[in-house]
Parts: sequence; structure tokens; C-alpha cells
Amino acid sequence: MSAPTRLPEAAAPPPAPAASRRRREPPLRWLRRNWWVYLFLLPTFLGYGAYTVYPLAASWWYAFLDWPGFAVRGEFVGLDNFTELLADDLFWNAFGNSLLFLVVAVPLRVGGALLLALLLNSRLTPLRGLFRTLIFLPVVTTGAVIGVVFTLILDAGGPVNAALVRLALLDSPVNFAANADTSLGAVIGVWVWKWLGITMIYWLAALQTIPPELGEAARVDRAGPWQEFRHVTLPLLVPFLVIITLIDMVGALNVFDLANTLTGGGPAYSSEVIEIFIYRTAFEATVPQLGYASAAAVLFGLLTIGLALGQALGVRAIRRRSLT
Amino acid sequence: MSTVQDAGRLSISAGPVSGGPGRRSRRARLLVGIGLGLFCLVWVYPFLWVLSASFKEQGEIFGNGLSLLPETLVWDNYVRAWEQVGFSTYFANSVLITVATVALIVVRSALAGYVLGRCSFPGKKLVIGIFLVTFFLPEGYTIIPITQLTDSLGLLNTHAGVVLGLGAGGHVAATLLYAGYFRSLPGELEESARVDGAGPITIFFRVMLPLAWPVTATVIILQFLTAWNAYLLPLVFTLSQPELRTLAVGMTSFVGEYSTDYTGLAAAAVISLLPVMLVFISMQRHFVDSIAGAVKQ
Repeated sequence: MSAPTRLPEAAAPPPAPAASRRRREPPLRWLRRNWWVYLFLLPTFLGYGAYTVYPLAASWWYAFLDWPGFAVRGEFVGLDNFTELLADDLFWNAFGNSLLFLVVAVPLRVGGALLLALLLNSRLTPLRGLFRTLIFLPVVTTGAVIGVVFTLILDAGGPVNAALVRLALLDSPVNFAANADTSLGAVIGVWVWKWLGITMIYWLAALQTIPPELGEAARVDRAGPWQEFRHVTLPLLVPFLVIITLIDMVGALNVFDLANTLTGGGPAYSSEVIEIFIYRTAFEATVPQLGYASAAAVLFGLLTIGLALGQALGVRAIRRRSLT
Repeated sequence: MSTVQDAGRLSISAGPVSGGPGRRSRRARLLVGIGLGLFCLVWVYPFLWVLSASFKEQGEIFGNGLSLLPETLVWDNYVRAWEQVGFSTYFANSVLITVATVALIVVRSALAGYVLGRCSFPGKKLVIGIFLVTFFLPEGYTIIPITQLTDSLGLLNTHAGVVLGLGAGGHVAATLLYAGYFRSLPGELEESARVDGAGPITIFFRVMLPLAWPVTATVIILQFLTAWNAYLLPLVFTLSQPELRTLAVGMTSFVGEYSTDYTGLAAAAVISLLPVMLVFISMQRHFVDSIAGAVKQ
């Protein structure tokens, strides 16, 4: 992810002479010899330009249009969409649900995954490969299918209710996905279950970077397992914690497949996250409002950019600290 | 398997370990094993439940508590989902779209990664800068312009439209993986091929791309998952063409159109989930290493 270093390029003879000679060579002659560089980049320029860079800019433009889905083009209305959006209770409801999702689901996923990773990293644990595979299994499955399946599993007559009633944790069965009090919690729970395995793999990769000699040294000093974790392992994991948390936060903003199939945002918008708000406004409404939905998407994009910036700053701060 | 230092590591009972794997650490091993085993059983229970439900009678699916054994095996659920609801078509669509999308991403990212990893050229910093800025762009943000673009290209409600939508943009990680790998290869490779009179295109396809097989395998695995599990884009792109639906989109329509056929639904879910789970289980080492490796980058 970091910017490419110059070093290996200079060490690699064939492309490097072309590169170093380029400065003495007139640009046109360089281009005639190395035109294929741009040919190789052409698919990326076209595809990435049309399907990533263009939508990035176009969303902003759309956000200033009044554009009912049936019209060929929208009409410029300035900031109207934004003022309307800021006064829209349903938008704030969706925004709040997305934030609540971030605040509750991400710590559950990151913390739960760390616990399991610590257990599975220990040589003391038997059958580590099998357990790792089983915990990872939901990650590879299709979110939309999982959402539908869990409407049955969380149904009042389904196995979760049967278990909870039998364990006397619940007096009478609750249809978790179709109850306004529990629907968002249901989406959060299923999301954490589905994605915890991949975060656990991140943590296992992070734990592998800790040299075992450190633990041995701690044990020679008669440190208990908790002290070893607290004073040896944990400080070394902090840089990973920042990155893993932010990867998972971005993941928590991409929950459309699960949320739309499990609850559809309902009942009564109780579990509607921003993506469902956008989808509903742009594609499902009887009169789709593409401009209005784009304005919501732009605000959503700003939230993501904020998170990504937070990551960049966090990583930089930690790198700087570990260098000094 | 367990030596002195292993036994001390994170063990619950540990304390100061002296004198090898004692009875105490063996008992801790057993306890941790049993605890994790039960945890994992609960963890994968939803899959077992849906597999069992797919063989049950309609009235048997609810109210039967936690039992996983159907009274009789009802294969008709699968027949209904496959033929009547159209999951045979959805399955074919998913396979076609996934294969084409993965191929597109591999070719595109390998070409760009090769150039970014091994050459310096005017505009390189700009390309990398744009990649980093758009790394985390959420799908919900771009879906409206992409739909409009696809519509004006005349590709809405076609397979090609879905493939381009899923594979043409994004996927920066794949390009960066290739760039990192190609950068690490020695330069003599191209030199000797050039002495033999090969041009850059021949060198790339005959020499470099085959060498990058480990990266290609990783990219195929990760993109296979993403494409097979994609939902929002195929949903929006096939809203008015039911016969173009993928498995993920087909599940939603199942809920809308056959809302009370729960056992058929369970069978359809098994049809959708089984391929991706089988691929994972048969290649799981590679899966986990791919993800861990991509993270360490």
C-alpha cells in the first residue's frame, strides 16, 4: 500500500536504463520506444476512469440536480437537495443507524476476533487448523443469502428462539428480525458473526509478527500470561489495532446485502442504514429521486473519506512514534 | 508438540512452568479444546440447520426445536428451487458473471501492476495517488452514476453490463499486489527474453505473467469471492430482467414471490452457498494465506 520505493527499480537493469536514459532522451523518442507502457495501462485507464473516478465526480454533480428517475436529465437546483436532506428525519434516522452500527458492531468484531486469535495462536490449543476453518467459514458465504437464511433462523419458530426459551433466557419467542426493538441488533449480530473470521485472520497475521523470544524473555522474568499479554503483546499490537479497526469500519458501511435481505431496513425504518436509504430513494421508490439519493451518497462518501483520513493519520502517527 | 515455552504461552492455568508438559497443562489443553469445540459447533449451527431444513417437510421446519435430523429426506425441495423457481438459470448466470469478472480483473490488474511495478513513466505518481484516494470508496456511493453510465452504454440488463460494473473499476488491491510482486523479480528475466528478440507484449504474457502465478492465484481467490457474493450491483442492473439474476439476487426474489415455501428457500440457500463453501474448504490453506498476505502488504 505504501508508495513504491525507487531502489529495486534502479537494481533491475532492463527497465531501469530506459528510465534513467529518459532524462537525456527527448520525450517523443522515449514514447516511441515505450508506448507499450501506456498500452498496458489502457484497460485500467478506461475501466477505472469510467467505473470509479467518473462516478466519484458524477455523484457530486447529481447531488445538485432535481432528477426524477423517469426524466432523461436532471435540472440544476443548487443546494436544495442538501437542505431538504438535512431536514429529513428518515435521513437522520438512517445516518444514526449507520453510526450506531459502527459504534457497536466494530468493537464487537475487532475485540471478539482478537480473543479468538489469541486462543488460536497458542500452541496449547488443540485442533487449531480445524477451529480456524470453522470460524472463518461464514466469511466466504454470500451476504444476501445469509440474510434470507437468518430470517428463518431468527424467526419466532426458529432454532434461536427454541434455544433461548429452553435455556429460560426468554419467556416467549420473539421474531428478532421483524421486531422494531431488535431488528438493528439482529443485523449487527449476524454481521459480526459473518465477518469475525476475517478479522481473526488479520489478528493471527499480526500476532505472527511478534518474535517468540519476547515472550520467552518475559517468562524468564517470571511474568504471568496476563502480564505478558499486557506488557509485551498488547503494545506491539497497537499499530495493527488502528489498521484493523479502520478496515472493519469501512466494512461496517458496506452492509447493504445483509441488511436489505434480513430486515429490508424495517420494520418501520428501525434498521434502515444509509445504503438502504440511498437504494430506496434511487431505485425502489415509485418516483425515484436520483439527485436526492446522490446528495445522501455524497454525505455518506464524506463520512468514509473521514474514516480513511483518520486511518492515514493514525498510521502515520504510529510510524513516526515507532521510528523515534 | 508442546514444549516448555509452548505450554506457558497464554495458557489459562499456566503460572510459572517448570519441568515440561505436566498433567496440568494437558488438562488445560483439553478444556480449551472442548470449549472451542462447543463454540464452533454453535458457530456453524446455522449452516447445519439450513442444510437439514432443505430436506424437511413444509410443516416440519419450524416448531421442531433444535433437532437437525429430518424425518424423511424430501428431495422435492431441491427440484422446486432448481426448476420451478429458476435457480438453474441463476446458477448459470452466477458462474458466467463470476468467471468473466475474475478474468477481466486478473488481466487488467496484471498489466497495470507490471507497468507500475517495473517501469517509471510520466504520470505514475498521479495514477498511484488516484488509486489510494479511491481505495475505500463504498459501493453505495458509486451505484447511481454507474447505473446511469451503464444505461447510456446500452448495457443495463445485460450480462456484459454486470461484468463491467463488477470488474472494470475498483479492485486497487489486486493491482498493488501485482505491482509489489513484479517489482521484486530480477531484471535479467526481461533482458534475456529481449536478446531473443521478444517484444514487451510477448515478454509479459510468456515470461512475466506465468511467473506471477502465486499472485494470480491470490487474486483469483479473492475476486471469486467478491464476484460470487456481489449483490447490490447485480440487483440494480437486473431489476427488470429476472432471467439475468444471479444466485444472490435470486434469493431475494424467492422471498418476494414464494414467501411461504420455507423448505424450498432452504434448498435454494444450500444451492447458493455450497459451491463457494466447497471451493473454500478444498483450498482453505491458500485462502487464509492470501488474506493474511494481502493484509501484511
